[in-house]
Amino acid sequence: MIEHSTVELTRADFASDQMVKWCPGCGDHSILASILGVFPKIGYKKENFCMVSGIGCSSRFPYYVNTYGFHSIHGRAAAIATGIKISNPNLSVWINSGDGDAMAIGGNHFIHLIRRNMDVNYILFNNQIYGLTKGQYSPTTKQGQITKTSPFGVIDYPFNPGELVIGSRGTFFARAVDNQPKTLVEVCEHMAAHDGTSVVEVLQNCVIFNNGTHAEVTDKEVREERQLWLKHGEPMIFGKNRDKGIVLNGTKLEVVTIGENGITEKDILVHDETTENTGIHMMLAQMRPPHFPMAFGVIRAYKQPTYKQLFEHQMEDAQKDAKIKCVDDLLNSGDTWIVE
Amino acid sequence: MTHKEVIKRDEVVVKFVGDSGDGMQLTGTLFSDTSALDGNDIATFPDYPAEIRAPHNTVAGVSGFQVHIGKHIYSSGDEADVLVAMNPASLNSNLKWVKKGGIIIIDADTFSSEAIEKAGYTANPLEDNSLSSYNLIKAPVTSMTMEAVKDIFTDKKSAEKCRNMFALGMIFFIFGKSLEHTDAYLEKKFKKNPAVVEANKAVIRAGYNFCENTDVLEAQFQVETAEITKGKYRNITGNIATAWGLLAAAEKAGLKLFLGSYPITPATDILVELAKHKSLGARVFQAEDEIAGICSAIGAAFAGSLACTSTSGPGLSLKSEAIGLAVMTELPLVIVDVQRGGPSTGLPTKTEQSDLAQALFGRNGEAPCIVIAASSSANCFDWAFEAARLALEHMTPCILLTDGYLGNGSQLFRIPKMADLPQIHPPFAKENDPEYMPYRRNPETLVREWAVPGMEGLRHRIGGLEKTNGKGAVSTDNNNHQLMTTYRKEKVERIANRIPDQKVMGAEDAELLVIGWGGTQGALKLAVQEMQNEGKSIAFTHFNYIMPLPKNTGDILKRHKKTVVCELNMGQFVNYLRMNFEGINFRQYNKVQGLPFVVSELKNCFNQILEEK
Repeated sequence: MIEHSTVELTRADFASDQMVKWCPGCGDHSILASILGVFPKIGYKKENFCMVSGIGCSSRFPYYVNTYGFHSIHGRAAAIATGIKISNPNLSVWINSGDGDAMAIGGNHFIHLIRRNMDVNYILFNNQIYGLTKGQYSPTTKQGQITKTSPFGVIDYPFNPGELVIGSRGTFFARAVDNQPKTLVEVCEHMAAHDGTSVVEVLQNCVIFNNGTHAEVTDKEVREERQLWLKHGEPMIFGKNRDKGIVLNGTKLEVVTIGENGITEKDILVHDETTENTGIHMMLAQMRPPHFPMAFGVIRAYKQPTYKQLFEHQMEDAQKDAKIKCVDDLLNSGDTWIVE
Repeated sequence: MTHKEVIKRDEVVVKFVGDSGDGMQLTGTLFSDTSALDGNDIATFPDYPAEIRAPHNTVAGVSGFQVHIGKHIYSSGDEADVLVAMNPASLNSNLKWVKKGGIIIIDADTFSSEAIEKAGYTANPLEDNSLSSYNLIKAPVTSMTMEAVKDIFTDKKSAEKCRNMFALGMIFFIFGKSLEHTDAYLEKKFKKNPAVVEANKAVIRAGYNFCENTDVLEAQFQVETAEITKGKYRNITGNIATAWGLLAAAEKAGLKLFLGSYPITPATDILVELAKHKSLGARVFQAEDEIAGICSAIGAAFAGSLACTSTSGPGLSLKSEAIGLAVMTELPLVIVDVQRGGPSTGLPTKTEQSDLAQALFGRNGEAPCIVIAASSSANCFDWAFEAARLALEHMTPCILLTDGYLGNGSQLFRIPKMADLPQIHPPFAKENDPEYMPYRRNPETLVREWAVPGMEGLRHRIGGLEKTNGKGAVSTDNNNHQLMTTYRKEKVERIANRIPDQKVMGAEDAELLVIGWGGTQGALKLAVQEMQNEGKSIAFTHFNYIMPLPKNTGDILKRHKKTVVCELNMGQFVNYLRMNFEGINFRQYNKVQGLPFVVSELKNCFNQILEEK
C-alpha cells in the first residue's frame, strides 16, 4: 500500500524551484499545471511520488515537480520505472515520455511494460515531432508531412498510440488534450486510481516545430463536432447539439444523427470501459476525422491482476514455507561435507 | 574376479565426451561430486557445443565434461589421463587432449562404418593402429547396457538413455569410488519413476563389474585426497558462487537484492539461480532485453536496493550507455560480465578474457567505474561480494569480470559463515536532514549520500545531464563540468586506499615475473610453482583489482628484470599496464582459441623468456 499524507497537500507542495525552460506556448506547460493539481488530490505522501523520464522536451518534466525524480536516458524510462516499482512497490511511479522516446527508441520497453501490467502511470506527450532535436519526424508524424528529415514527405505509416497500447494487452488507455486542462485532470485522477499500467496519450502542441498538428480536433471551433468524450455507462453522444452518436453496424462503428432515420438515443452504443474484449476499444481508439470524431477520456480500464500483485504474491508464498531463510541456510543446503 | 594392482597418483584428469544428449555433463558431475565427498580436491570444466542438439554422431555435436581430482587442484587440468568417448566423433575431436599412454574407454558398439565416416575418419581408428600409444579399452557399452535393463525396459530408447551410467560405473571401479552418492542422487532425482532408478543402478553396477571381473584393465588408481584447510565444503560452479555472493552481500548490507537480467550464454545461470531464491527476498526481473536489464537495475538502485545485472560480452556492449548513466548519477550497481569469445556473437560457449578493454573504456565521455575480476570458480563468491561492497560503499557502478571457464566450471568451496563476512555500510542520507544535497560529498572518499524515494525530507532529482556539485541542479557550467569529471575519476581512484596490497608468489629478485588477471590464475600458478620447484628464478602475481589497481602495483612491476603478462586476449591488460607504468618492457603471452591456458604451453613460454639474454 502506498502511504497517504497525514496533512492536506496543495500544489505548492509539489512546485519545484527550477526555472521551467519549455518554449512559451508549449503544451507541456498546461500538462505540468494539471499534474501539480492532481498530485495533492491523489493524497499520497510527497515522498512517495516518483517521476521518471527519458530524453526529449517532455522528459524535462521531473525537474519541474518537487518529488523524487529521475531524468534518465533516451527511451529507457519504462525500464527504469520498472526497477523502481519492483524494488519498492509502495511508491507511486509516473513516467513522462514523448512520442519518439516512447515509441521509437523506447518502443520495446513501452510494449513490455504494458504487457506486464506494471503498476505505473504513463503520460505520453504526443506532439508528432522530435522537438528537442529541432523538427525531425517521429513514429506518430502524419504520412506525407514535410519535416527536416522528410523533405519529400514522410513515407512511414504512423503509430496510433492507442492501438499499440491495446495491442500490447494494455489494461488502461485514455486520451486527453493539453489545452483542455479540466478534462486532463479528470483523466489523470482516473489513471492514478487504476491498478496496472495506465497510459494517457495527451495531444500536445509543439508551437515551434509542429504548430497546429492536432488542430483539426483540438481547435475551439471544431472541438464539439470532432471530440467524443467517453463516459463509462453512458451513450457515445457528441456534437454541438448533442445529436450525434456512435452505433455498431455489423462489425463496424458508424456515426448517426439522433432523430434521423428513426434513430433514438436508445440506439446509441453505451461505453463499457471495463470489458476485457478489446474489439470496441480498439475501434474507438482508431476513430479520427473526417468520418469520425476522435475518442477522448478513458477508452479502456479493464481490471486484471497487476505485476505488483502477482510478484508480491509469489514472494509471500515463497517466504511462507521456505526451508532456506537466510544465506547461511543456503550455503549449507544440499551436498556438503566436513574436512577434518 | 581378477586381482588388480593399485597405483597411487597425486592427481588425475578424467574427461567424459559423447554426443550432446548422451548425458556427459551429468556423468562428469556425479564423478566429481563423488570424488569431492571422498576427500579429493576437484575442479571441473564443461565443454559443450553452441547447438542444443547438433546432428547425431557428428563432431559438431560433441559435448564434454572434464574433471580434475587430486591433492591440490588449481584448474580443471590440461591433458586427460582417462578419456571416456561414447562415440567415434567424440573420440576423433578429443584424442588430441589425451596424454600419451593414457586410458581411452570407448563404446565399441558405436563404431559402425557409418558412424566412423560421420565422425570424419577415413579408416576405422580401432583397426588402423592409430591408437597404439594409448591404453585402449573397447567396452561393449551399448549392448551390455541393454542386457542389464532388459527386464526393466522393453523399448530401446529408454534403455539407451542409461549408457552413460555404464561408463560411470567403469570409472568408479577404476578409481575405487563408492556408488553411494550416485544411488542417492538417482533415488531423489527420479523419485516418481522407480523403473528409471532401478535401471540406472543396474547399469552402473554392470559397468563397475565389467571392469572388476574382466581383465580389460590391469590396475586401479588411488588418487590422493586433498590437503586443504579444515572446514565444511561443497562443490560449486562460478555462476552459482557469483549469485550466492550477491545474496550474501545483500544480507550483510541489510538491503533487498534486485537482479535485472536477460538470458545470455554463459551468464544465464546467475539469473536462473537467483530466480529460485524469492524466499531470501531476491527480487529478480527477466527483462525484455539487455538494456532493460541494466536500466531496471539502475531504477532499483535509485529505489534503494542492492542492484545487479548479469550478462556476457555482447550484452555488456548493449549496456554501455546505461553504465554511463549509473556513473553520472553516482548510483551503486553491480554488473557481472561472464566473458566469452568475441567479437559479436563470437564463441558463445567458449571462454576468453577479451572484454577487459570494454569494461574499462567502453563508454562515451569520461566514465570511470570500478573493474574487478574473479580468479577461480569458488572465489566468484568472494569477488561478487566485494563488487557489491565496493559499489554500495562508494556509490558507483562496479563491473565484475568472470568468464565461461570460471562460470561453468566447478571447484571445492569452503563454506563461509555469514558472521565472518564484513558488514557493508551504504552511505544513506539522514531523513529530514536540512543540509542534504544530492551531490554533497564525503571529503575523504568523495562519495555522495544515498537518499531513496520514500525517505522524508530528501526529495531530489537526478539524471544523465551534468549537475552542479553539491546542489545537483542541471548545469552546463564549464568549470563545474571539469570539477565533477575530476570528482568522478578521483572517487574511483581513491578506492585504492581501501583495498589490500598486491601480493607476489616468489622471490623479490626473481628474474621473471609472470603477471595474470582473472580466470587464468589456476594454470598460471601451477606453471610457476612447477618451475620454482625446478629451481627456476620465477615469480607470479595475479590481479583481481583492476580499476583501481592496488597501490603497490608499480613497485612490484619495476623490481623484476623480466615481466610477462599472460591473458586470453590479444593484450588488453598489458596495454592497460603500459598506459599506467612507463619504462617497463612488458612481454606478453596471448591466446584466443576459446580455451584456457594449459600448463605445458605456459612453461614453454616462461622457459624461453628465461633463456633470452
